[in-house]
Amino acid sequence: MAFRHAIRGTTHVFPDLRTLLARASPFRSGDALAGIAAASAEERVAAQRALADLPLRRILAEPVIPPEEDDVSRLILEDHDAAAFAPVAVLTVGGFRDWLLAAAPAELAAIRRGISPEMAAAVSKIMRNADLVSVAAKCRVETRLHNTLGTEGTLSVRLQPNHPTDDPRGIAAAILDGLLLGAGDACIGINPATDNVESVLRLLDLLEEVRTRFSIPTQGCVLSHVSTTLIAMERGAPVDLVFQSIGGTQRTNESFGISLALLEEAQEAALALGRGTVGSNVMYFETGQGSALSAEAHGGVDQQTVEARAYAVARRFDPLLVNSVVGFIGPEYLFDGKQILRAGLEDHFCGKLLGLPMGVDICHTNHAEADADDMDALLLCLGLAGVNYVMGVPGADDVMLAYQSTSFHDALTARRLLDRRPAPEFAAWLERAGIGEGARIPGALSPALLGLS
Amino acid sequence: MLPAQLRRFTAARVGLGRVGDAQPTGVWLDFQEAHAAARDAVWSALDPAALGFSAPVVRSEARDRREYLLRPDLGRRLRAEDAALLPRSGGVVVVVADGLCAAGVQAQAASLLQAFSAPWPVVVALQARVALGDAIGAATGAEAVVVLIGERPGLSAQDSVGLYLTWAPRPGRTDAERNCISNIRPGGLSHAEAATKLHWLLREARALGATGIALKDEMPAGALPPPDPAV
Repeated sequence: MAFRHAIRGTTHVFPDLRTLLARASPFRSGDALAGIAAASAEERVAAQRALADLPLRRILAEPVIPPEEDDVSRLILEDHDAAAFAPVAVLTVGGFRDWLLAAAPAELAAIRRGISPEMAAAVSKIMRNADLVSVAAKCRVETRLHNTLGTEGTLSVRLQPNHPTDDPRGIAAAILDGLLLGAGDACIGINPATDNVESVLRLLDLLEEVRTRFSIPTQGCVLSHVSTTLIAMERGAPVDLVFQSIGGTQRTNESFGISLALLEEAQEAALALGRGTVGSNVMYFETGQGSALSAEAHGGVDQQTVEARAYAVARRFDPLLVNSVVGFIGPEYLFDGKQILRAGLEDHFCGKLLGLPMGVDICHTNHAEADADDMDALLLCLGLAGVNYVMGVPGADDVMLAYQSTSFHDALTARRLLDRRPAPEFAAWLERAGIGEGARIPGALSPALLGLS
Repeated sequence: MLPAQLRRFTAARVGLGRVGDAQPTGVWLDFQEAHAAARDAVWSALDPAALGFSAPVVRSEARDRREYLLRPDLGRRLRAEDAALLPRSGGVVVVVADGLCAAGVQAQAASLLQAFSAPWPVVVALQARVALGDAIGAATGAEAVVVLIGERPGLSAQDSVGLYLTWAPRPGRTDAERNCISNIRPGGLSHAEAATKLHWLLREARALGATGIALKDEMPAGALPPPDPAV
């Protein structure tokens, strides 16, 4: 059934739910590229009005991609918890926004499994940036492997020590630099320059050596393809966390060379290693608006709704870490600082509402209309929103991936301004190791122990 | 050891020091300078008259840089009136394209073409994505197209060029049907190395009748294949 709303004598008609969602989406270049954005500001607000009147139940009943042809749509229906949905089941999307803004944290936690990704995306489209921050700030999601992430009053950092040729000494130097600046509690996570198995095994050994030599209560991760990580586990490599990029449609995931069954196999293999010391969240997922369109696998669904669907995939595997890499994909999807800011806050909000331990890689490429000022604005907004973690890249400049993210210094600044601490086990370790203002390298972290001399 | 001494081991921005929690002025402005260079490189234009060789110049359907950045689909399509400018060639055709950064192409194209030492016809393409080579290759009747294109600039390099080889080019080819040689620049892959690898890939492609994931790069390190009489 079509949706309609009249403004000053003009009736705007939206033939189906996915069209309504797309037209209601705040403007971004990717939806224009896909040819599904609203044609005018008036059409957009008409869609938002029609969306606000839509009962949440109707969203469950009308999948944006048919379940017969998409396993993510099937997963969303299978995982929906009707009892958790009950407290908000009678609401419209507009009523849901009001409910979210007024709700207590415990009420938000109770409905997590009852919220479908399309419901989260729908309500976000009629929320301002400050609304997205306010509601997300009430959602706490804690996860555990070698430490405890996401507790009240913490802000964690993934230490990202990438190197263009995976040189172990170059990577070790960046790890040490990050540790000295308090980064690394979310994980020490290397994007390998190649997916070559031997090279990935070497990096996994390096991470294990750093963790054990310095007795750091954190987890290591080499962000290779899940199929490569499975091979590494078969060969007995020390794998704490299984990484994979995921998307919100079956065909997007196929373009990444993965299936839900492959993710399940990898999770089982990592759990079987039994490496967790304080918990068993062994998965790490990255996502980002635009990946489905880039793979021509969006099915006419707007990029923010597809992104939220990826969180339903993540949720099934009880991840330790999930982050959107919000500005990485390029200006044809998110053109400038304004679009990146909005998308980063939407992604964090939707992930947290669904119960994910949401972090964000606050970043941009050089062909986007964005700079360090835009990154600062998003970092501080996400800090207020209670983001679980952000990236720590030396000087914000990733010399392997050729993009700019947040620096170790940025994370320190956010922690101080917002009065946040690292994960508790990691904070205690920083103190034990004598890491303070970073003018000298403490004896406990001797570079020689990592082959740097 | 002082943190600043970590800089010996990596080009990453380690050991920057601290003022409060922030970066000191000097290293912050170093970052700004590198970002400025990368930003300007994205908006740099290819000047066909100053390339040092003459070749027909064609354009994609993207009318300017902004449209090029926003509409990758237009950057893959040949402007209709330019088809008449293309040479006819049953062999290999080279497309010299600006891509996301023209500076490296401007500086390196002539020398790189010389390193190929092959009599392939050359076309210069503006506001071009890699897949524009498919349209050009199909219109020229080429058996293969080599797109020499500017790569996305980073803070450390704004002069990187990539080569994309596509066998039997025609619109609709996907990136999985190409082979790529990237990071060609001073301090990266040399022109001689790039040319050797290109000829190796081309010979394998001709034998296989395909490029892309079917053609695994298994060129032995340091191998210099003998000249191929077919080129």
